[in-house]
Amino acid sequence: MPMAADEIEALIVAGIPDARVEMTDLAGDGDHWAARVTAESFRGLPRLKQQRAVYAALGDRMGGVLHALQLTTAVPVQE
Amino acid sequence: MSTDPDQTRIADLVGKNDVLLFMKGSPLFPQCGFSSRAVAILNHLGAEFDSVDVLQDQGIRQGIKQFSDWPTIPQLYVKGEFIGGSDIMMEMYESGELATLLEEQGLVKAD
Repeated sequence: MPMAADEIEALIVAGIPDARVEMTDLAGDGDHWAARVTAESFRGLPRLKQQRAVYAALGDRMGGVLHALQLTTAVPVQE
Repeated sequence: MSTDPDQTRIADLVGKNDVLLFMKGSPLFPQCGFSSRAVAILNHLGAEFDSVDVLQDQGIRQGIKQFSDWPTIPQLYVKGEFIGGSDIMMEMYESGELATLLEEQGLVKAD
């Protein structure tokens, strides 16, 4: 069973409470997702660590039930 | 140090190849969109790279995730250092960081 967008989003936010997550269904099949994760707590972290934080939140689902997730991480732009 | 033979093999591969991509399929016939994108980026930058097809080797396929503590494939290593997966490669390509990294290390093919 593929994972639903809101399920993926909830897991990310559970692991990174200040994250804002935008999900995009890449293939229109509910199985190939892009997630853009923006979090103030990413500030100052290298990309590798930002992405590791997201993968940690997703746990062992990543590469398993969640096999196709394109991931972009960012810090919020100052107003 | 780990005595797991797969970890030893991976460390050996990473140590011996300046630019190494663990991927699904081969550079000519990638078996996954993310691997295909990683190959396209390296080719576009003119990088000399070697690749390991994890689909041909279950020990490496599982072991590489432990080696890097990274759950997905492809994975790029430059001079023994884990750089990231295809999304990080794409961001570093777009920002010019990946070209700079490869050029500084002398890992780009001469024309």
